[in-house]
Amino acid sequence: MSTIILLLITGLGLGALYFLVASGLSLIYGLMGVLNFAHGSFLTIGAFTGWEVARRLSDGSWWTLVAAMLTGAVVGALVAAATEYFLIRRLYNRHIEQVLVTVGLALASVALFEGIWGTDPIYVTSPSWLGQTTEILGARIPNNRFMLILVAVLVLVAIVLFLKFTRYGLIIRAGVENRLMVTALGIDVRRAFTLVFAIGGAAAGLGGVLASIYYGYVSAHIGGSLLIFAFIVTVIGGLGSLAGAAIASVLVAVLQQFANFYLSGTGDLAVVLALAAVLLLRPRGLLGAKS
Amino acid sequence: MSTNPSTSILTVRNLYGRIEGQQVVEDVSFDVPGTGVTALLGRNGVGKTSTIKSILGLIDVSGEVTLDGRRVDRMPTHRVVQLGVGYVPEDREVFGKLTVAENLKLAERSARPNRDLVDELFPDLVQRQAQLAGTLSGGQQQMVSLARALLNQNRLLLVDEPTKGLSPRIVGEVAVALLAAAKTVPILLVEQNLQVIRQLADRVVVLSGGRVVFTGEAAELLDDPERIQRYLGVHSGTEQVPK
Repeated sequence: MSTIILLLITGLGLGALYFLVASGLSLIYGLMGVLNFAHGSFLTIGAFTGWEVARRLSDGSWWTLVAAMLTGAVVGALVAAATEYFLIRRLYNRHIEQVLVTVGLALASVALFEGIWGTDPIYVTSPSWLGQTTEILGARIPNNRFMLILVAVLVLVAIVLFLKFTRYGLIIRAGVENRLMVTALGIDVRRAFTLVFAIGGAAAGLGGVLASIYYGYVSAHIGGSLLIFAFIVTVIGGLGSLAGAAIASVLVAVLQQFANFYLSGTGDLAVVLALAAVLLLRPRGLLGAKS
Repeated sequence: MSTNPSTSILTVRNLYGRIEGQQVVEDVSFDVPGTGVTALLGRNGVGKTSTIKSILGLIDVSGEVTLDGRRVDRMPTHRVVQLGVGYVPEDREVFGKLTVAENLKLAERSARPNRDLVDELFPDLVQRQAQLAGTLSGGQQQMVSLARALLNQNRLLLVDEPTKGLSPRIVGEVAVALLAAAKTVPILLVEQNLQVIRQLADRVVVLSGGRVVFTGEAAELLDDPERIQRYLGVHSGTEQVPK
């Protein structure tokens, strides 16, 4: 029983990380139809800049962690907004070019990060409580999982409230359904595009700081490795569906944890098989719109 | 936004439109006066909807489109609409996952929308503010679509097949709403229902093969069975342009 509890909660923690990346991917695809392969770079730059702030404050306190998370989110948002404004905006409805540009940006940014911060992993320090465990029904759960889950839930609630109760949220929800009709109502939907990129970049940048705590280090490849699973989550949840991304994040991460433990480390294979099953049986994903 | 009725609110000159490389509007020129309803007619597939979309910049265009003396053919769609163009698209295109209230809120371009007019014309919508637009009937969705355009002070309304697929009762309600709207704003109307055209249109522009083949007073066309047959492919007794 304790093993199941442990796998469930650590799975939720990993799912929280997936969600922080997948939420932006899903919103960006839903509104703009852009498959953003550079999204992992927003996570990595968030992780590195968060670490830079943390090491300068260097006291391992909660305030340092909060400052690092805020820095990661803000830098992720700025880099994402700049990416949309200077690169993606010129390529709407040109999907091949979008893929080429975002893949190119992802590759170039990894080289850039390695040039600045080196190729070796940089180990991070965090508040001591995060390195300890808490016992639940006999399972000793790493405390950082609780923080990951809490932050992901707060981000989910914040995005939902933004989408539900603000004018730009209304524009984004309408744009996901019918972008041209939003424009035909006299709304400059490009601003919403930039905003969605910024929101997605903020979530990814925040996720970068949390990923560095989850893995214990930050490296130039941390975004790329999480991006693969975030894409799988986005497809399984349904492209463009925030709720789908949240549900799929948890399902994929929990499946991965259980398969890793009970099926000899086959978690990644189990996730890919789940993706194949969804594509065969329900191509639009769990909550995706019918095409 | 008032307009001098003696002048054209919209002039279209040598307009060409393309969708995915395919020419769908070819050398179209016509004027829309500053008052009344101008019907854009033609057999199915001649480019009426594409002409409307070309005016709005929703498809690739070349040529000259002038709104109240101002060139708009190089403007992005949202800028054209902000200049005072209301658009009621073919097939309504309401946002099905938004409520009626959210659909209307999204369409408001000023702090003082014409809520009273909309509530008066479409009382049914007042009762359905919290209902998802995707769950409305086709007629109710058309009312949402019309209401979105009528909420704002416009210089021109572009209305594309507003009675398509609706029951006769709803067609009547739509016609009444458009008649009321036409008292304050000129309308360019694409419509297949000849009865509605007779009821609403002051002038007609007829397209054939993507080009304008007739322009004049509505009665001039509608009282001429031979022209109706030639341009629209229907006998004068038939009230629906064939699909």
